[in-house]
Amino acid sequence: MAVPKKKTSKSKKGMRRSHDHVAVPNVILCKCGEATLPHRICPSCGEYRGLQLLKKADAE
Amino acid sequence: MRHKIAGRKLGRTTPHRKAMFRNMARSLVTYERIRTTEPKAKEVRKVVDRLVTLALQNTLHARREAYRVLENHQLVKKLFDEIGPRFTGVPGGFTRVVKLGLPRPGDCAPLAVLEFTRAATGTAPEPKAKKAKPAPVSATAPAKVEPAAAPAPVEPAAAPAVVEPAEEPKAE
Repeated sequence: MAVPKKKTSKSKKGMRRSHDHVAVPNVILCKCGEATLPHRICPSCGEYRGLQLLKKADAE
Repeated sequence: MRHKIAGRKLGRTTPHRKAMFRNMARSLVTYERIRTTEPKAKEVRKVVDRLVTLALQNTLHARREAYRVLENHQLVKKLFDEIGPRFTGVPGGFTRVVKLGLPRPGDCAPLAVLEFTRAATGTAPEPKAKKAKPAPVSATAPAKVEPAAAPAPVEPAAAPAVVEPAEEPKAE
């Protein structure tokens, strides 16, 4: 069975993990001032492109 | 290989999928606006746009074709008498899918709202409609708005909740 000859050093481990990260969402600011995602109904005001699509209470 | 075959399978068998699309089309005709996952919304468009096209033909044959999908005479009547006339002269684009900001809790599924582009009032609400409406609607609507909802000033636009029956459009 193939087995690693050497223990992976902290440095190598760190280098491998240097690309492990959570994607940062592309947040924009809605007209209502809240942060929201582009091309989506704003969760806080329920609006998108001037259309009121959700009740404010229902906005999630 | 299924290259270039249109449509999503959505992890369902064919009869399951067809039944689901019919159910969703019925819901959309009933409530005018439904909230569902984004891929489902995009698929149901096909079914509903075809129904609206049938409504525009407005023939007996078209009614029977629509009944094959809706299987409900009230819904066919509503489709042809209420929804169809809104789109006279419109060549397409009867429905609109708008993505919701937050995914569904539980499975993180991307959600969207599927609705008719022309609301019961006649045309699609313009960007200013929301700000223009509060005063007139708050004066007339409280009786119609379900009591559980917040007082009318807080909920000005004629925007029924996504999952609730569109009471206002029916009343008008």
